Amino acid sequence: MKKYNVTGKKDTRSGFGAGLVIAGRENPNVVALAADLKGSLKMDAFAAEFPERFIECGIAEANMVGVAAGLALTGKVPFCGSFAEFITGRVYDQIRQEVSYGNTNVKLASSHAGITLGEDGATHQTMEDVALMRALPNLTVLVPCDYNQTVQATIAAARFNGPVYLRFGRPSVPIFTDPDEPFEIGKIYNMNPGSDVTIVSMGHLVWEALQAAEALEAEGISAEVLNVATVKPLDTAALLASAGKTGAVVVAEEHNVAGGLGEAVAGVLAANAPVPVEFINGGDRFGQSGTPAELMAAYGLDAAHIAEAAKKVLARK
Amino acid sequence: MSKTIQELTDIASQVRRDIVRMVTAAKSGHPGGSMSSTDILTALYFNEMKQDPETWTRDAKGQDAFILSAGHLAPVYYSVLARAGYFDPKEMGTLRKFGSNLQGHPCTGHIKGIFQPSGSLGQGLSAAAGIALSKKLDGDDTRAFVLCGDGESEEGQIWEAAMFALHHGLDNLVAMTDWNGMQIDGPIETVTGIGELNEKWLAFGWDVIVADGHDFESILSAFEIARKKDGKPKMILFKTEMGHGVDFMAGSHTWHGKAPSEEQCAEALKQLKETLGDY
Repeated sequence: MKKYNVTGKKDTRSGFGAGLVIAGRENPNVVALAADLKGSLKMDAFAAEFPERFIECGIAEANMVGVAAGLALTGKVPFCGSFAEFITGRVYDQIRQEVSYGNTNVKLASSHAGITLGEDGATHQTMEDVALMRALPNLTVLVPCDYNQTVQATIAAARFNGPVYLRFGRPSVPIFTDPDEPFEIGKIYNMNPGSDVTIVSMGHLVWEALQAAEALEAEGISAEVLNVATVKPLDTAALLASAGKTGAVVVAEEHNVAGGLGEAVAGVLAANAPVPVEFINGGDRFGQSGTPAELMAAYGLDAAHIAEAAKKVLARK
Repeated sequence: MSKTIQELTDIASQVRRDIVRMVTAAKSGHPGGSMSSTDILTALYFNEMKQDPETWTRDAKGQDAFILSAGHLAPVYYSVLARAGYFDPKEMGTLRKFGSNLQGHPCTGHIKGIFQPSGSLGQGLSAAAGIALSKKLDGDDTRAFVLCGDGESEEGQIWEAAMFALHHGLDNLVAMTDWNGMQIDGPIETVTGIGELNEKWLAFGWDVIVADGHDFESILSAFEIARKKDGKPKMILFKTEMGHGVDFMAGSHTWHGKAPSEEQCAEALKQLKETLGDY
C-alpha cells in the first residue's frame, strides 16, 4: 500500500483561491467574476492583488455567465464562480448557449459541491452538477481531490484553451498529493496500484477510497485506487487497463446516481470490457442539513461503505 | 463606407427581398421581426459600426462587435452580413437546410461575422456587456452593439445585464430594441405587458433614445447620440412595425414565425424593389 504523508487539512475551495492568484500572475488576461460569493469562493486574494481584473456581478448568475462569455471571446480568461448549484443548474441554459455551444474559454468555478456543504441543506447541496456539465459538448469537467491538486488544476484550467467546469468543496479534507505535481487534464491518476479490485473515485472521496484500500489490505485484498480528476474527457485507456487487470470495479462519488462518474465509468466498461461494478453515490434523493461527517456516513459515502462495496463486487467476480 | 440615405434605402429593400425569399425557400423561419429590424441592421452595418469583413476576427480587437440577442432574427442578420461582404450571398439559399452554414439560429464557426450563438432569449445583452467591459480593460475604444427584441425584455436576465452595465460604466455598450409590439403569441400587451420600455430603461439609469426604426435619418441620428461617453450604457428603442415593407405582413404577429407560401412570396416581392440583384 502506497503511503501518503498527510500534510494537513484544508478545503479544496482554498486551493482554487490560491491557484487563481498564481494563474493571475502568470497571465494578465485572467479575470475573476463573482456573484456576491467572493469570500465563499476564496477570490479575496485575487481581488486584492488584481482589483481591476476582479468583476463583481452581484446576485445575477445568468448575467455573470453571459458576461464571462463576452470577456472570453475577446481574449480574456474568465473564472466565474458560485456555489455548485448556482453555477450549473441555475444557469444551465446560459452555459449551454454562451459557453458550450459558443465554445468560449470560460472557466466555471464551482464551490460547495455535494452534500458536504453541510448545514445549509438541500437547496444548496447539488448532487447533480457533474451530470449536467458532462452532458454539454465542448466542456471539460475537472474534480480535483485535495487542496494541492485543486491549486494545480486551477492553474491548468487557466492554461487550457476551452470551457472548463472545475468542482471543489467546502469541508476541510486531508492534503496528501504532491504540491509540485503539475495537473494533467485528461489523466486518471493511479493513487495506489493493486490487483484484486479497482476503486474509481473523484474529489475528496479519493481520500476515502485510499482509506478503504488500507482497510482492505489488512484483510488481504489488494485495491487499486484511481483518481478521476478529469471526469470529462474520461481517460478510458487507464480505466480499461485497471479494470482489465483487477476484473472488479467500485465507483465512489459525492454525486447522485444519474449521470455521474458511476454511469460514465459503467458506460465505458459496458461498451468495451464488462466487469462487475458496485456504486457508491447519493442515490436519487436530496441532501439535508448536518455536518459533513454525519452526512457522509448517512449517505454511505465514506471509507467504510467503499470497503464494503469492494468486498461485494469481489464476490461477484 | 458611409452610405447615403438613398443607398441605405436600396440596401434595405434588397435585404427584405432576401428575407422573404430565404424564409419561403426554407419553409420556416421568422420573417416578421427580421423585416421590422431590417433598417436598423442596415444602418448599423453599412454606416455606424467599425467593422471590416476582410479583417474580421471573433475577438473584435480594434473593431466593433455585434450580437443578435434575438437569434430568431437570423434571416435579416444573414442577409445584412452577406450584403456587407462577410460571405457569398448565394449561400442565403441554403438557410435552415441540412449541412448549411446558415443554421436556423446564428452560431459561430461557420461564417464570418458572428460573435456568439443566440436563440435562447435574453442572453445577448450580457455577452455584449462582457465584450464592452473587455474593451474597457484593454483600452480599446471600439464598442459592443446588441439587438434585442421587445418581447425578449420579458426575460429577467435582460434586467440583470441592465444593472451590471450601468454599475460598470459601460458607455461603450449600445443596446437596441426592435420595439414592434408583437411577440409570437400576439401583441405584447396581451401576452405579458412590458409597459413603457423607455421609462423602464431610464429607471435603470441608462441613456435612452427613442427613434423611428424605419426612418434612416432618425436611425442615424440615434446612433450619433449613442456615441456619447458619459459613463452610461445606451439603449436605443426603435419603434418599428413587424413585417414592415409588405402590406399583408405589416403589423401582424402572425408573421412572427411563419413562412410565406410561394404565392405570398411572389406577391411580397412585387412590393420590394430589387436593387442589388437577388442571390
